[in-house]
Amino acid sequence: MSLDKATVAKIAHLARIKVPEADQDHLAQELSAILAFVAQLDEVDTEGVAPMTSVVEHALRWRDDVIDDGGNVERVVSNAPEQVAGFYVVPKVVE
Amino acid sequence: MSYVQGATGEWEVVIGLEVHAQVVSQAKLFSGAATVFGSEPNSQVSLVDAAFPGMLPVINRVCIEQAVRTGLGLKAQINLFSVFDRKNYFYADLPAGYQISQFTQPIVGHGEIILDLPDGSTRTVGITRLHLEQDAGKSLHDQHPSKTYVDLNRAGVALMEIVSEPDMRTAEEAAAYLRKLRAILRYLGSCDGNMEEGSMRADVNVSVRRPGGPLGTRTETKNVNSIRYVQQAIEFEVERQIEVLEGGGTIKQETRLWDTVKHVTRSMRSKEEAHDYRYFPDPDLLPLQLDQGWVDAIAATLPELPDDKKARFQEQYKLSLYDAGVLVADQASADYYEAVARGRDPKLAANWVIVELFGALNRLGKDIADSPVSADKLGGLIDLIVDNTISGRIAKDVFLAMLETGKSAADLVEERGLRQVTDTGAIDQAIDQVLAANPDKLAEYKAGKEKLFGFFIGQIMKMTQGKANPALVNELLTRKLQA
Amino acid sequence: MSELTQLTLAAALKGLDRGDFTAAELTESHIAAVAAARPLNAFITETFDRARQQATASDARRVQGTAGPLDGAPLAIKDLFCTEGVQTTAGSAILKGFVPTYESTVTARLFRDGAVMLGKANLDEFAMGSSNITSHYGPVISPWTGKAPADAVRKLVPGGSSGGSAAAVAARCALGATGTDTGGSIRQPAAFTGIVGLKPTYGRCSRWGIIAFASSLDQAGPMTRTVEDAAIMLRSMAGYDPKDSTSVDRPVPDYAAALTGDIRGLRVGIPAEYRVDGTDPEIAALWQQGIDWLRAAGAEPVDIHLPHTKYALPTYYIVAPAECSSNLSRYDGVRFGVRVPGDSLAEMYENTRAAGFGAEVRRRILIGTYVLSAGYYDAYYLKAQKVRTRIAEDFRRAFEQCDVILTPTAPSAAFAIGERMDDPVTMYLNDVFTVPASLAGLPGLSVPAGLSSKALPLGLQLIGRPFDEETLIRVGGVLETAAGFHTRPPFIAGEV
Repeated sequence: MSLDKATVAKIAHLARIKVPEADQDHLAQELSAILAFVAQLDEVDTEGVAPMTSVVEHALRWRDDVIDDGGNVERVVSNAPEQVAGFYVVPKVVE
Repeated sequence: MSYVQGATGEWEVVIGLEVHAQVVSQAKLFSGAATVFGSEPNSQVSLVDAAFPGMLPVINRVCIEQAVRTGLGLKAQINLFSVFDRKNYFYADLPAGYQISQFTQPIVGHGEIILDLPDGSTRTVGITRLHLEQDAGKSLHDQHPSKTYVDLNRAGVALMEIVSEPDMRTAEEAAAYLRKLRAILRYLGSCDGNMEEGSMRADVNVSVRRPGGPLGTRTETKNVNSIRYVQQAIEFEVERQIEVLEGGGTIKQETRLWDTVKHVTRSMRSKEEAHDYRYFPDPDLLPLQLDQGWVDAIAATLPELPDDKKARFQEQYKLSLYDAGVLVADQASADYYEAVARGRDPKLAANWVIVELFGALNRLGKDIADSPVSADKLGGLIDLIVDNTISGRIAKDVFLAMLETGKSAADLVEERGLRQVTDTGAIDQAIDQVLAANPDKLAEYKAGKEKLFGFFIGQIMKMTQGKANPALVNELLTRKLQA
Repeated sequence: MSELTQLTLAAALKGLDRGDFTAAELTESHIAAVAAARPLNAFITETFDRARQQATASDARRVQGTAGPLDGAPLAIKDLFCTEGVQTTAGSAILKGFVPTYESTVTARLFRDGAVMLGKANLDEFAMGSSNITSHYGPVISPWTGKAPADAVRKLVPGGSSGGSAAAVAARCALGATGTDTGGSIRQPAAFTGIVGLKPTYGRCSRWGIIAFASSLDQAGPMTRTVEDAAIMLRSMAGYDPKDSTSVDRPVPDYAAALTGDIRGLRVGIPAEYRVDGTDPEIAALWQQGIDWLRAAGAEPVDIHLPHTKYALPTYYIVAPAECSSNLSRYDGVRFGVRVPGDSLAEMYENTRAAGFGAEVRRRILIGTYVLSAGYYDAYYLKAQKVRTRIAEDFRRAFEQCDVILTPTAPSAAFAIGERMDDPVTMYLNDVFTVPASLAGLPGLSVPAGLSSKALPLGLQLIGRPFDEETLIRVGGVLETAAGFHTRPPFIAGEV
């Protein structure tokens, strides 16, 4: 399985990482090499094998319905690159 | 089957609804931040909700319970094994860049809802599935000319996404579906059903086709937040799609937005590009495994739901389908009615609750929960009618006074001297006076003009200020005139 | 150079208990060592003021008789652990200036037990790497230089991703360090720098507050100069955390008590499949030596098979990037970290993430995005998770025949900075012996066992049953004694 430039551009956009066109070929080669490497898995017979969901063998634990967090705006916005009146601020989005 | 008449023939409308119902819980689905509506921006946000580095989700027990309750209320399959997946996409109000949701293995499978249609008929709509997921935050686009403001208070609140089969054929059916679903959710206490505050929102899938033909391409109108808007959006889409198709065009499968100002749907620019959500099981969570005994214990606590209650009201109180349907539309009305009907004539009670009380509440713009007249007091009023203390007509006046003052019927009757006159002597006396004052009318009556009977009754009631027992007046007058 | 920095963690704690020296003195010695070792670039952020305050508080507790099990011990903290009020970068430009308002569970436990933090140790960006060359804050240089005169000027990698932690402990800047291990990030750098590295069972230590790389694999663990020190540190780090749904609620034993030296009758599995092509013959010889040492101590070597071993790396290089592509979506320039402006939201995201992530991180995100995307999920991600089940089954079956497994830690000794950089796949092969246990969630311990002909340290790895860290520690102690590895790196902080 090898990746072409267009696919690199597509997944780069999906991942929201700008990849200049000049880098796409090189990246396509690198990613194709990795895909060639992982293609070995095709040799493994996995008929009827359940995919691993967790290596931990215990039940999912539940929390009680108790409010024990929040209520501290400063704590959640203090690291924001841009904030106004407790809001995070981003470039305008058109819906 | 009701079809829509187009310029080139008939069209069948196919409607499916995806309802996002906010789970009633104190804290969010995976964090300990509060869920209440309308707080200061970002004041109900934990580091988990804002997806800070190293933060991990831990599931809220009550949210699981509510989903199971709702599934049971929809007579649905409860899946003892379900999986939380990540739905990956970038958006300003989705802090982690993924929403924790359930994709291939939801907590609730197939169920059904029975619609009560305005003509008294019913129709069953299939529920495809119900799953738990996180709500997103809120983007405010109108605060700044070139910026969007983001508030994460809602981010991470538990939602139940309830997906219907494409079983509805008219906007009215869609409305009936939403009303019924909302009633069930409210009965269960799993969602407050408050569409104005956004705690229940509908994505509306609409397509049209020639009757019996293959399914048409559908559009999805997102986040419509009232039943009326859902109906309008469907009507608009149906008209638009038929126009496009009859004009030789094709329908684009797309996400649309309901414009509440212009009352149109329009294509959503932000959703134009094709999505690839890259779902995969969330490695921060293990699969959700439920114990059948635990599910059974929840089932045992389920309240009587609208359909069962309606059937019981018809059976136990001998109410009409219509009256029973009106009374069970919400739990509070049903409870109110039952409190009034206890030990009383159930039909009389139904009549008073539906006609007088609901009419009054409607005029006052009040909920049954804030009714100025309690069920106990309305019952007291009915008792006074039944024991002939007051007449039905006087009772209506008393009821109006009760709405204003909040006093009991008995107190008002005493206070205002409205007690019905049943003393035959006093009534006889009034009859005699009226007949004496109208000798000409009496003569005409005796000459055969029998409809003057009503005139005499009116005069007598007037003289007794309406307090005379009408049946008694009738009887005594008849006797006197025949004498 | 100070005598105090030469002590083991266990010896230092005893010295503090006896009053031979104070925590303040011990900390000052280590602060001086960290400063002297700056050429190694082992730390991204030094926290000397905080260390001094913690040491003073520690001495006060010792006077009051309320000292904890690690009280006064100066440690390095991998900069993947969020530390309240102290910049936490994950070795990435995108988190430059990020100051958490919270403390990771593991570091909170260490501080609860009295540990002193010297600083935040350098690492591969987001823990993705085996050489510590992907850090935005520059590569870490190993305190080891090798034997040949030509090699003496060569700068070697300390391994990765916990390269700063490994270099700091090896160069005697810290008594111990926290590491995290996703596919070998504790064990491989421990082997490269001649120290002990313990990756506990998945679920043993809380992941809360540790910046995630691959959630189903990440696990914190200690990096120390002796097995006993690792046991002491692990006892403080481990334990159930209600804030991590994958952490396991079971008691934390006194791991150091497992160091009985008695491994008689213990069955040691030797997996045939770990004799892979391209393994350094010296490493194969050392492995045999390890087998002989354990046999001499009364253990019984058993040949075992782990048939899916060769598929572990390809599985890992699907699962880990897939999880990382999703885990790293939160670095979007909105709530924390660096933002690079753009005209639209999408452009701001793309600019921020292109500038904020280094080449290796970008590569893994792209691969991960690809293997999860529509049409490829089944062929890659789902397939990999099925093979992962097979790999875990291999181990389960093997542990029916043996009590612990012995393998080399890495297929080679440390290499020079700049080598093996052209081809990501070659770099990935570093993890060939460590990744299988990671995929199965099993504990692994790397113990320094000898020197290569070029005078570079080599490690042996022990893999145990789930939550059987005690057996690893017991066998590790025996291996450590038999190997008698006391060689110090040419660079010792304060000596050069």
